[in-house]
Order: sequence, then structure tokens, then C-alpha cells
Amino acid sequence: MSKHSPAEYGLLAPEIAGPAAIQAFRKLDPRSLARNPVIFSTALVSLVATVLAAREAMAGGPNAFIGIQIAVWLWFTVLFANFAEAVAEGRGKARADAFRATKSAAKAKVLASLKDRTAVSARDIARVEVGELILVEAGDTIPTDGEVMEGVASVDESAITGESAPVIRESGGDRSSVTGGTRLVSDWLVVRVTARPGETFLDRMIALVEGAKRQKTPNEIALDILLAGLTLVFLLVVVTLPAFASWSGTQVPVIYLVALFVTLIPTTIGGLLSAIGIAGMERLVKANVVAKSGRAVEAAGDIDVLLLDKTGTITFGNRMADAFEPAPGVSERELADAALLASLADETPEGKSIVELARRRFDLAPAPEADAQFVPFSAHTRMSGVDLPGGEAIRKGASDAMAALSGAPLSPAVDQIVKRIGSSGGTPLVVARDRRVLGVIHLKDVVKPAIRERFAELRRMGIRTVMITGDNPLTAAAIAAEAGVDDFLAEATPERKLELIRREQSEGRLVAMCGDGSNDAPALAQADVGVAMNTGTPAAKEAGNLIDLDSDPTKLIEIVLVGKQLLISRGALTTFSVANDVAKYFAILPALFLAAYPGLGVLDVMGLGSPQSAILSAVIFNALVIVALIPIALKGVRYTPASASALLRRNLLVYGLGGLVVPFIGIKAIDLLVDLLHLA
Amino acid sequence: MDNDLLQFALFFALLIAIAVPLGAYMAATFAGDVRFLAPVETALLRAAGTAATTEQRWTSYALALLAFNAAGFALLYLVLVFQDVLPLNPQGFAGLPAHLAFNTAISFVTNTNWQSYGGETTLSNFSQMVGLTTQNFVSAAAGMAVAAAVARGLAARQSKAIGNFWVDLTRATLYILLPGAIVLALVFAVCGMPQTLAAAFDATTLEGGRQTLAVGPVASQVAIKQLGTNGGGFFNVNSAHPFENPTALTNFLSTLAILAIPAAFCFTYGRMVGDRRQGRALFAAMALLFVAGFAAIYAAEQAGNPLQAGLVDAGTGNMEGKEVRFGVLGSTLWASATTAASNGSVNAMHDSFTPLGGMVAMLNIQLGEVVFGGVGVGLTGMLLFVILAVFLAGLMVGRTPEYLGKKIEAREVKLAALTLLVMPLGVLVLAALAIAAGTAQASVQDAGPHGLSELLYAYSSATGNNGSAFAGFSANTAWHNTFLGIAMMLGRFGYIIPVLAIAGSLAAKKTAPATAGTFPTHGALFVVLLLATILIVGALTFLPVLALGPIAEQVSLIAGRTF
Repeated sequence: MSKHSPAEYGLLAPEIAGPAAIQAFRKLDPRSLARNPVIFSTALVSLVATVLAAREAMAGGPNAFIGIQIAVWLWFTVLFANFAEAVAEGRGKARADAFRATKSAAKAKVLASLKDRTAVSARDIARVEVGELILVEAGDTIPTDGEVMEGVASVDESAITGESAPVIRESGGDRSSVTGGTRLVSDWLVVRVTARPGETFLDRMIALVEGAKRQKTPNEIALDILLAGLTLVFLLVVVTLPAFASWSGTQVPVIYLVALFVTLIPTTIGGLLSAIGIAGMERLVKANVVAKSGRAVEAAGDIDVLLLDKTGTITFGNRMADAFEPAPGVSERELADAALLASLADETPEGKSIVELARRRFDLAPAPEADAQFVPFSAHTRMSGVDLPGGEAIRKGASDAMAALSGAPLSPAVDQIVKRIGSSGGTPLVVARDRRVLGVIHLKDVVKPAIRERFAELRRMGIRTVMITGDNPLTAAAIAAEAGVDDFLAEATPERKLELIRREQSEGRLVAMCGDGSNDAPALAQADVGVAMNTGTPAAKEAGNLIDLDSDPTKLIEIVLVGKQLLISRGALTTFSVANDVAKYFAILPALFLAAYPGLGVLDVMGLGSPQSAILSAVIFNALVIVALIPIALKGVRYTPASASALLRRNLLVYGLGGLVVPFIGIKAIDLLVDLLHLA
Repeated sequence: MDNDLLQFALFFALLIAIAVPLGAYMAATFAGDVRFLAPVETALLRAAGTAATTEQRWTSYALALLAFNAAGFALLYLVLVFQDVLPLNPQGFAGLPAHLAFNTAISFVTNTNWQSYGGETTLSNFSQMVGLTTQNFVSAAAGMAVAAAVARGLAARQSKAIGNFWVDLTRATLYILLPGAIVLALVFAVCGMPQTLAAAFDATTLEGGRQTLAVGPVASQVAIKQLGTNGGGFFNVNSAHPFENPTALTNFLSTLAILAIPAAFCFTYGRMVGDRRQGRALFAAMALLFVAGFAAIYAAEQAGNPLQAGLVDAGTGNMEGKEVRFGVLGSTLWASATTAASNGSVNAMHDSFTPLGGMVAMLNIQLGEVVFGGVGVGLTGMLLFVILAVFLAGLMVGRTPEYLGKKIEAREVKLAALTLLVMPLGVLVLAALAIAAGTAQASVQDAGPHGLSELLYAYSSATGNNGSAFAGFSANTAWHNTFLGIAMMLGRFGYIIPVLAIAGSLAAKKTAPATAGTFPTHGALFVVLLLATILIVGALTFLPVLALGPIAEQVSLIAGRTF
């Protein structure tokens, strides 16, 4: 997906892992730990364990060696969690640094008014207010976001989009928006500043990938609460255990209770939660989408209805020749021949497509005659064509214009063809040689290849697609059927679009749409997920909650996937984390109470070396599993569009059942190693 | 063995045959479509200053319930303390001491019906009939009202109201509990259960000796004790007493009556939320847990005590503490039903079950009384687990979790997570506290891990609002009466208030239509996930203490070690 060259590091590349390791220690700062209740509890308990182990060591107690090891591994648990977060942040930061490098240090050329482009005063961009005018000239980097007020220029936007071909930016219309950090290749522009210093697009992107201003998303908050609840339950379980143990006269060393507590609380998901969030945002930025809030990304995973503009999204937006339909008494070949000659010098997409169709149908090779005179299309004549040296004149054009040209109404047969093409959503182009009508070229709005499959994919995910078009209902229905959308809105106006969104929402559905024009702004704001094209007007960009730098309307599908993957990763790792506890009980409980009730050895299904090694192995497993899952947290759990039931079945099997089984194997393996090294 | 299997199959088939139509009838009742006592209903509601058309938000609904229970508690407390000066006290019993009255009042108001007292030797007929039986009806009706309100909340579309507590309470009593109890009491009386206002009569025994046998209005109280998942018996030994459970038929009917309304609530729920598949899924989950629990207890009891292998006929199983009339099947089926359904009446002493058999009965309670559970509250307890399971499932399919089209968000998760704390607080913390204070050791009858089981069972029974006694635990002390009372309140309102709050919050939400991306909550997959959630939460909370209690006892027994 990405066209970015910088900052494509391996998951745990040394450039990232090195600083992250240091960062993991810095994050031991209580203020930083306090943001994550599970890991904060772990750190507190590690501190207690350290004190206990130190006291035991000084007193020369029997549990000193095992106590110190447990304390060390508890700290590792915290550090590994910090490390996971730091790696995610580090990867984001690498990307942010690449963005930051494009920020211009040069002073902005501030204009006093539009009238005089020479009255320029240089000023630091940090002190340029919204609404002020600045001049940007060829070779300059545009210092901040803005709207073009005057001028036409080509802009190199590769710094943010990765697309190397320069794009045209001009005042008025839907290409008036410029982004800070991009560079003017030619000409000049007068730009009205639209972003406050520090709040430009680039700044937002940097903040987003660095996770600096990351706010917890709604589902993340809910999950946090659930994890805190589970932590409390386990706190009660562990705190009351000494009383119940005392019933049989068993004294459980506090260090073991500490170990039990940390292995039971959901440290795995707790440790990886923020890494999952940051990595999700980074995946989004990698897809060249900037989210104004994490909420929008999550909402993208929830949407039920996707509104898509027909032109440019579903169809190429250019009408292309689809068939030659000759008049009675004319062969198709003859019509194609004439159409080809008339279009050879025609540089419009329609003209090119006619040449292409003629080549495809009859293998007609284009052989332009040297003295042929091309007659370009004009709004006045509404036709184009060619005057051949032999005096022949070939014309193609709108049916009424051609009728006027031939001086007589079109023959009923041709008229019928024209009407039929029109009613099917196509455009008829009548061809005449020396005023004799040869037939009609069927121009059609061509649906993009593979878009049908994409819609089918969305349907499997439970998302309904609605095509929005200004066409009449007949045309719209034809294209909708061809593209495979579920529904369409024909003769759309901004008001009808807004009304459609409101209606869907009132029925409880979440609606996503993308748009670029100013008239899209109300609908973008109303939609639950509004993706604004970066080429769009400032109003549209302001109204949307996501901005696509590639200005690719099908990007919404990508965003939906990222949103879903974010939730799935959290859910899967939570399930895994909780399921792990079963095995940990089977390791630790017999170890604690074997002395009092030797029969409890039946619970020791893993056959662990000794009570000490069992507890130590469980603690070590608990710490290492965080590291082992960092790649999954960063890449996200694999997601292929499928029905909810299929997804759940798969994830329950992998992460639920896997979560039950894996720790039995892991703890046993670690126990063998611990025994081998005589650590306990 | 084959006969046992057949009996169980018959029992289960009959349960479904009763629960499905009863569920439909109850749904109609809560919808206001059952009107045969309309004048009485209207008069009662008018007296209460409300009307069937008045709707309450969840806060008013919960407040009404709390106020009703507070008043009920105060009244019952006074009746018990002053029973010596009140009428219908033929045996001239004294007033109850404050802590016992507190415990008993809480116990009956919370539908627990834990009995720290011995019924026939402590309470006057007035206390039994006016005090306890009243609460037998209304505490059950209050629980049923909660379930109706929660179902309404889930079915509502952007509404603030979840019904009217007074209306639900009245309808549950008038149309469901009263008719059911009257019919069942008559059947019981026909079967030989005493129903009289006399206190006792003298009988001549077979050996010619003379004996005073206590009787009283037994049939009427037993009928509602079973139907309303109350469980408080007329006699101290509950349905093991031949007057409280005279024949095999009363035993069978009682067991059915225990589960009838809780099981029917699944189907009521399905109808009330407008999707019967949802109710069937919950029933399937509960039924699976119930059958598994029964199979485990039955297997444990049939296997018998390993220490007595070869000493007794292996075919009879463990008969200690069981009525010979009922045998292993009749006792274990009752034990599973009464602990699953938060009923608490017993026909055998769970204390005398094998350690594993007793443990499964205890686990039934510790799972949070969601295996059918108490009338109404069993369903809402299950819905709390549904919310947690849906939350995990939703995340795993990549959508904000939804249940019946309602988004499950931070607020609902917070409230549901809060209820996870109820069982560990009531059981683990309060039992540990008793051990630390030394009061636990003073009250248990047996040494070793069995004593711990007796303690755990008492606090589980109280927190789960079950009310069954393991026996072997002297609860009638100031300490235990007080703390068991606290556990009962925790176990009742610690679930009811949060679940009503969830209902209120869900009622106000939009209902999203289901799509292929929505995860269906009526399929087998969801039932599996729900069961896994319940079992894992229960196991993770209680495995350590169960290992120290029943499991330690069982493995020691096998090793030939006694305490």
C-alpha cells in the first residue's frame, strides 16, 4: 500500500529496539506507569517483591535465591510491557522524524494584500496567523496548510503522499488546498493560511504516529475497565488465600503470593494494549490516512453503510467507447473505420478510447494521413472530426448537432439506437461521413475493474455500499447493477445526500462516506466516518474526521480493515491472556499446597520439577509471553474479511484454545530449563 | 442406573414442557395481556398511588425496589423480634434476638431464605405465615420484576423507561406466583403434606412410646418455597422431613417446581425482546451447565466413599445424609436443582455428600447463580455474563460489541465488571475474615478441609442468595448472622442495581440492525463462548479455595487420610 521510502524498519530492527530498550527503563516513572492500571499494579507488586527478597537475602533465609529471581522477573514483566510500548512509539517516531524533516525552516513570505505580490515581509511561520496571505514561489516549501487564493502551480507532494508526480494546485474549485511541507516545482501561488501554528496537517500526523497526543478510544477504555475489574478479582483471590491456607496450617510465603498475583492479572494484554493502539495508528498513517481522532478509526470498523461517489470511485469518470452500432445498410467495420479516422488526432479520453475499441474489434492500425486536418471539439458545434485530403469530412458528435449537420432528422433506426443507448446510461455519439450518418458510437461510463470484488468483500463483512451519483435513476441503476453496489442514490444533491445519511443513522446504522468538494462538507460532518480527500477544499477537510493523502476514495475500505484489525487484536490478546491463567493455576496451586495435602499432586499435570521451579517458571513464562506477542501487537492479528461467525470461530480457536494450551507447553519447557540450570 | 437415566430424561423433558408455555404466559403477564384479576390489580395499584400506565426510568425503578425491600425488611424484623406479643403463637416462642432477626429478615427479603433458626422450634405460626410467607411471595416477585424490566430495557428503542416496579411486582404475584402456589399447595396437601393451624400432635410410635410431632401450615409454605426459589423450609431439616416431602411424587414435583419459573424466564425473555432464539440460546447455556453439574454430582455420589470400598454395597453409592426413600438420584437431582436455581431447599444433607459432589453443588452457587438461578435474577445474572462474553466476541470480530443491536460500551462493561466482584467479596473476603477472627473455626463441625468446605458453603450460599445449608456449620452466632446478612445483601443488590442500570442505559440506545458483520448471539458458537466465560471466571475465582477444601479432602480420602 505504502509508497513511503523512509522508515520501513523490520518489526524489531536494532534502530528501533535499541532506543526502545532504554526507553523501557525511562517508562518506569510512576507517572507514566499510572496510565496503565494493570502494569502499574505489576510494578507496585514488583517493588514489594524486591523489598521482601532483599530482606530474606539479608536474613539469609531459605527463599532468598528464588525470591530474588522472582523479583527480577517481575521487573522484567514491567520492562517488557514498557518495551512493547516503546517499540511501537519508536516506529511511529521514525516516521514522524521523516515528516519533521520536510518542515521548512525558512521564513514565510507574508503579503499584506492580494493586490501587490511584491510587498513581501519575511516572518517566522510560527507567528503567522490564520487568514493571513503568504506568497510561495517555485522551489519554496509551502510553510503551512492553506488555500490557494491566486495562481496556478505544480506542487511536489511526495514528502507526505510518497507520490512523485507533481500535482496541479490552483485557486477555486476542488484543487485549491495545499499542505505544509510540500514543495512548489513551478510558478507561484498566493496562499491563505488555514491552520494555526503547530496544528497543521503535518503536525497532526507527527503527533498521531508518535502517540504523543494519543487518546484512548472508547473500546479501549471499556477494555481497560474490564482488565481493572479482573485485576481486582484476582487481588481478592490472592489476598484472602493466606487465611484459607492457614486452615491447614500452611504458611504461604508472601513472595509466592506476589508471584501468583502477577501471573493471574492480565499482564499480557495490559502490557500490549498501548502498543496495539499506537501500531494501529501507524498502520493507518502508512496507508496515507490521517485520523483526527482514534474514535474515528474505531468507528470505521463498525460502519454498516458506505456511501461512495460514482465518478472516480466506482467508475473511471471518463466515458469510454464500448460498441459501434451502425445505421441500416452500413457495416460495423465501415463505421469503425470512420470513427477511427475521426478520432486519431483526438487527445480526449473519449477519442483515445474510440481508437482503442477500433483496434480491439477489427485490429485497425492507426495510420494518420499526413494532410488530414483535425477539427477539434467546440462548445459551439458540439462535434469534432477530421477533414481528409481527399475532401472527405468525417464528424462525430451529439445526435442533435449531427442531425443539424446532415440537414435532416435522424432516420428512425438511428434515432432508436440513440434513445436506447441514452436510456441504458450511456452516451450516444453519432458518426457521419460527408453528412451521411453511418451509425452511433456507444460511450459508456466504465466501471473500474475489480471494484465488484471489493464490494462483495464488503458485503461479506456486513457493509452495505450505496452509490451516489448525479445521473438520472435509469443510468444510475445500470451502473449500480454493473458495479455490484447494494443501492444507489440518483440525482444526488448535497441535501439529498445529507438526508440519506440521517435516515440511515436514524435506523441505527453507522455511515461512512468520502468527499472532496465544499458541498460535501455537511454530509462529511454528519457521517460517522467522513473521509476527506487531501486535494479537497479546506471546508471538506475540516468536516471530515479522516483525511486521505492519496485522495483515493476506495481507501475507505482500507480504513475499515485497519479499524477492525485494531479491535480484533485487542480482543484476541485479551482472550489469550485470560485463558493463560488456567495453566498458571495448575502450575502454582499444587506448588503452594503440596506440603499440606500431598494428594494435590494430581493437579500438577505438567509434572514440574519442584514447587519453586513451578512458580518461577510460571513467572518467567508470564514475562516472556509479552515479548513473544510484541510482533502480533505491532502487526495486528491477521484479518481477512469474513462473516462475524467465521471470524469468531477462528479467533476463539487460535487465541482461546491456544491460550489454554500454549502456557502448559511453555511453562513445562521453562521448568525443564530452570531445573537444568539449577535455578530453583 | 438405567432407571436413573430414564428418570432424569423424564424430568428434563417435563421441565421443558412446563417452561415453554409458562414462559409465554409470563411474557404475556408482564406485557399486561393477562387480565383475569384486573379489578384487584387496579385496586392494589391505586392503593400504591400508581397506575399500570406510569413508566419509570431505571433509577426510579431501582429506588422503588429498594424502598419496598427496606420496608419489607423493617416489618419482618419487627414481627420476628416481637413474635412473643403477637398472635398465633401456640407454642409460646420468645422473640428472636436482634442478630438472628436481622439475618432472617435480610434472608427472606433477598429471596435467600437462609435459615439460621430452626423453623419448628423458633418461629410462631404468625411469624411463618405473615412474616416469612409474605416475603416468600414478594421477594420472588421483586426478582421477577427485575428480569422483566431488564428484558424491556433491551427491547426498548431510545426510551428512558423500563416499566413500573409496582406494576411488575403486582402482576408477578397475582398472576404467576399466587395461582401457581395455590395449585401446588393443594396437590401437596393431597399428597399428604400437613396444612393446619395446629402446632403439634401426640403420636404413639411403633414401639409404643409417645412422641410430639410438630405440624403447621406446611403445604402452603412449601409450595411457594419451591416456586419462588425461596427454599426456606417449614422444618429445620427442610424437605428431608417426611411432612415437608412425604412421597416420591412430592419429591419429583418439588424438584420440577424449583426449576420451573427460572427455566421459563429464558423463554419469557426471548418473547419480550422479540427474538425467541435469544431465549433459547440462554436456556441451552443454562441447561448444559445444569446437566453437567448434575452428571458430576451424580457420578461422585454413585461412586461412593473410597474409604468404604468393599464395606458397603457398591451399587447403592454414597448414602450418608440421604433419605433412603429418595436414594442417590432423587437426592443428587434435587441437590443440582436447588443449588443451580438459587432455591436452597434440600432433601439430603450436602455436608454428607462426597467432597467432589458437595463441591459441584457449591460451584453451582459460586458461578453466580446463573444456572437457571433465582426467579428473575438468575436470568439477569446470566445477562451480565452475556455482556462480558459479547464484549470479548465483539472485539474478536472487529466491531464495537453489540447485543440485540445495542452497543456495549464502557458504561455497561464497567457495571458488568463491578458485579464480578460480588462473589469474591461475599465468599472469599467474608470467609477469610471469619477465619482471621477465629469465628469460623468455632462454628464448623469437622476438622480438616471439610470444615473449610462448610465455611465456604455457608458464605457461598448467602452471597449467591441460595439459602441452602451444607449443614455442619453453626451459623446462629452474632458474627455469622451479621456477616452472612451482609453477604446476602451484597449478593442481591450487588447484582440487581448494576443490571437495572445497564438496562436503563441500553434502553436509551439506538438499536442497530443486524448485518453479516454483527455477531449472532443465538448460535451454538455464542453458547460455547458464554459457557467458557462463566466457567473461566468461576474457576479462576474459586479454584484456589476449592483446591484447599473439597479437592484436598477428596485426594486425601483417596490416599486414605482422614482428619
